[in-house]
Amino acid sequence: MATHSKRPKLAVWKFASCDGCQLSLLDCEDELLAVSEAVEIAYFAEASRAMQKGPYDISLVEGSITTPHDAERIHQIRRSSRVLITIGACATAGGIQALRNFKNVKEFTRTVYAHPEYIDTLKTSTPISHHVKVDFELRGCPINKAQLLEVIEALLHGRKPNTPAHSVCMECKLAGTVCVMVAHGTPCLGPVTHAGCDALCPRYNRGCFGCYGPKESPNTHALAAEWQRLGAQLRTIRHAFRNFNAWAEEFRKESEKHEP
Amino acid sequence: MSRKTIKVDYLARVEGEGALHVHFKGDQVKDVRLKIFEPPRFFEAFLRGRNFVEVPDIVARICGICPVAYQMSAVHALEGLLGVQVKGPLRALRRLLYCGEWIESHVLHIYMLHAPDFLGYESAIAVAKDYPEIVERGLRLKKAGNAIVRTVGGREIHPINIRPGGFYRQPTKAELKALAEDLKWARDAAIETVRWTAGLEFPDFERDYEFVALRHPDEYPMNEGRIVSSAGLDIAVDEYENYFEESHVPHSTALHSTLKGRGSYLVGPLARFNLNYHQLAPIARELATEVGLGTPCNNPFKSIIVRAIEVLHACDEALRLVENYEVPERAAIELEPGAGTGHGCTEAPRGILYHRYQLDEKGLVVEARIVPPTSQNQGMIEDDLRDLVARNMALPDDELQWKCEQSIRNYDPCISCATHFLKLDVERS
Repeated sequence: MATHSKRPKLAVWKFASCDGCQLSLLDCEDELLAVSEAVEIAYFAEASRAMQKGPYDISLVEGSITTPHDAERIHQIRRSSRVLITIGACATAGGIQALRNFKNVKEFTRTVYAHPEYIDTLKTSTPISHHVKVDFELRGCPINKAQLLEVIEALLHGRKPNTPAHSVCMECKLAGTVCVMVAHGTPCLGPVTHAGCDALCPRYNRGCFGCYGPKESPNTHALAAEWQRLGAQLRTIRHAFRNFNAWAEEFRKESEKHEP
Repeated sequence: MSRKTIKVDYLARVEGEGALHVHFKGDQVKDVRLKIFEPPRFFEAFLRGRNFVEVPDIVARICGICPVAYQMSAVHALEGLLGVQVKGPLRALRRLLYCGEWIESHVLHIYMLHAPDFLGYESAIAVAKDYPEIVERGLRLKKAGNAIVRTVGGREIHPINIRPGGFYRQPTKAELKALAEDLKWARDAAIETVRWTAGLEFPDFERDYEFVALRHPDEYPMNEGRIVSSAGLDIAVDEYENYFEESHVPHSTALHSTLKGRGSYLVGPLARFNLNYHQLAPIARELATEVGLGTPCNNPFKSIIVRAIEVLHACDEALRLVENYEVPERAAIELEPGAGTGHGCTEAPRGILYHRYQLDEKGLVVEARIVPPTSQNQGMIEDDLRDLVARNMALPDDELQWKCEQSIRNYDPCISCATHFLKLDVERS
């Protein structure tokens, strides 16, 4: 179904994931129709039966690589995409399903499935950037939909997306939120976690649990020591770094220091 | 008839990845298989060893569309295990949160995923070109649902404010009051949605189903109740595994659920409506009567009207909960870890969602079991397709294919929950 539109062609792809990050685009209730005017939604299976062939100007990729088939598929998508953007913790860090990387996947398959021989899965869940060149990574579990719009808009105007790379800790300070760790002794990953959620958890009286993954050069070691001082057990610290961004290098390395 | 094959590489407008294979000889449907090859993610396995307090945050990640359902089934199972019952204003807040999820999830399906089939469009965006006011109404209605989830849960997708025992922070009166205006609009929009969906054209297709849903003595079921069926099943949640079983078939990474000795059953809006009609808000019943939707409704294509009725109910109830909100004294009941086994079952937008957890004395998960609604409906989706294809053999391939897709979408299947990718592959021989 060839069209001759001059608008950039957008495609949305899914790998192992919960669908939440691509849902963020449909959750842009006020902007969705405007977005569909500005770009031509050429492939977005969750939203449309119309599936145009590539090449695409922008590909948004959700999910991590966990099967031999998907490890092939991502290369095809890269070849047909001018710009490839990964959205969310699964695509940028392997997601929560990367917890398998620390364990024996055969044991996992046996736990869940009666006939593990039917299941074709890789030993690891890995981010898209481990397989192909990625032009921009948008963090978060889930992503922040305002940031998604910012990234699309920036691309359309040929500028760099304005998505701050500082920590959640900084977002708290900017919002004037009282520090949960200093004021209440609540363990918080805010100092080492990438911004993007507007420091949501501290506003709800809980510590950050790392949805956006490590910020650049995080001092995880010092933070883990502070958690210990607050009484956190080895296991608690290990698990705190092993959630949705467990396979992001800085979080993985810190978690490995707290093995029993 | 010569052997024919129809292939769709990716079934659109469902959440996830799966395929369908229909094989028939002459006028005999030989085999229908809903193949799900969503990559498995092994939640039950990696929950092991995690502290019970972390469970709601982890299981939310099973599904971006209905994370609240996963969080609710989990907290109920864990609270049951630890011998605690959440009541009063905290319980009301949870119900409000669930209303929000029903609204956003149902409206997404009605307007964006299902209605385009009835109207003959590829997508809601294509519908919007001709009927902008309809799609805009849908988007604004969805937004009203998301606003509830965001206010109570912290954000729409993977809410952060839910923990066993209650919440991390209770919303203020002003925060909830701010939702009221939009909810009044939403209730009116839901009425319009019921009328609009009832005016769509429905295939003459009825089947004899065993419907399964929760039932609660005082309310339309969401968080609590007994598991009942249209064939007389009436059991407590912790008896679930005595009556239902899962089997693993080669063509699916989702497990198939059946009622022991009875086979496929149907969960979701149609089942809830048929089994709990009397508990619907008066305004929802009134509209059902107005549009001629009686019980039992055995036409799965009409699930789109039933979803609209449930949206209306949820808007009405959410408005009542917002107006009567009393700030809970504490955000949560403090829970002491303890060993045991707990069961939870709540009504996700797509139907009953069963969880079982075993904890050790430190409160660490020893074992977890999760049965999502889509894996329970998988058998019935296949049964419907078998029947539908048999009745519509005369249709040209492209129309038959679209009808099959529409029929699958009757169930709003969430394959990312059941594990994602639907590939339609019809073979005629």
